[in-house]
Amino acid sequence: MKTDELIGMLSTNVETVDRRQMSRTLARAIVLGALVALAAGLIVLGGRTDVGGNAALGFTVIKLIFAMTVTALAVFYLIRSARPGGSRRSSAVLVLLPFAGIVGLASISLAYAPAVHSQTMLMGDEWLECLLSIPIIAVVPFALVVWAVRQAAPTHLRRAGALAGLVAGGLSAAGYALHCTADSLPFVAIWYSGTIMLCTLAGALLGPRLLRW
Amino acid sequence: MTATLDGDGAAYRRLLERLSAHLRSYYRGRLARAGRGAFEAEDLLQEALLAIHTRRHTYDRAELFTPWMYAIARYKLIDHLRRTNASRGDVPIEDADELTSHADHDGVESSIDLGRLMARLPARMQRAIQYVKLDGLSVAEAARRAGMTESSVKINVHRGLKAMSAAIRPEGKS
Repeated sequence: MKTDELIGMLSTNVETVDRRQMSRTLARAIVLGALVALAAGLIVLGGRTDVGGNAALGFTVIKLIFAMTVTALAVFYLIRSARPGGSRRSSAVLVLLPFAGIVGLASISLAYAPAVHSQTMLMGDEWLECLLSIPIIAVVPFALVVWAVRQAAPTHLRRAGALAGLVAGGLSAAGYALHCTADSLPFVAIWYSGTIMLCTLAGALLGPRLLRW
Repeated sequence: MTATLDGDGAAYRRLLERLSAHLRSYYRGRLARAGRGAFEAEDLLQEALLAIHTRRHTYDRAELFTPWMYAIARYKLIDHLRRTNASRGDVPIEDADELTSHADHDGVESSIDLGRLMARLPARMQRAIQYVKLDGLSVAEAARRAGMTESSVKINVHRGLKAMSAAIRPEGKS
């Protein structure tokens, strides 16, 4: 094929481009992923029934704020990474901010708590459930986000994959927070952060395979 | 580019012609530096043009066009080098000269066969692309002739070009 044949073909009846197409596809995938994660937390695992108390409600809100901040920052950088060359100009260190925040809060609450409680605060009764639930719930949101990013054109696949994993982990943590009754900041700092990072790592490993175009 | 995103075909044609001149010399230089034959440049160029076309919705109008375009070009180059790593014979330097000397305009033939690429597509996409992109019929006309709705013609053209862009990569190790 001659290159001018190709050019002729591409420029014949060229269609207008919808400038919002990319963000709309991504937004759709994220909203759908969030709904799946919420359903997993509320229906499959069962929402917590003890939110009547102030403490329980407060912790649930903190967990949700943490998970949603993680998600929002990851989405912001993912939109950039989904465009060709978009990841070169910005480092995504800001995504670490919510993690630093929760670890800081957890350290303060550990420091003020009696030493005998620290073991329970760190491990809770649910660490294994958390360790399994968040990555498992993240699978569907991850698939949706990867599908959306594939419609775009990431050129740094490992990074785009990691950010997709982070988005999925954040959504999943928000869903899980509606079920989780481990009310301690150190627990959130270790197990929520740890599992979200696992999702990110998985995304980074899968990115180059799943996102090629 | 902005005009072309709004569907100005003539402007788009001029843009693609200018781009292909840039990209051809870009790919020649890079391939030579990687110790590859320059004959691969035309394939890569066409692959990049198709990629630029099918992914043009990812161009952010607030940003510069050139970095966007070269990010795609570089991505396709790296992908190509990785895929074909050591799987193609090297062309001796003396022959390479001959290959490049008369190959510097858009009349150059690549090893990509449009007909074969098209033949791999589902029939609906083939027909939509044939009518709209090759015969130059209007979408309405093509829809009448193919017995499809107009939006279905548009979708088939779009999906067909994307499928061609994906199929243009020769199979190799990933």
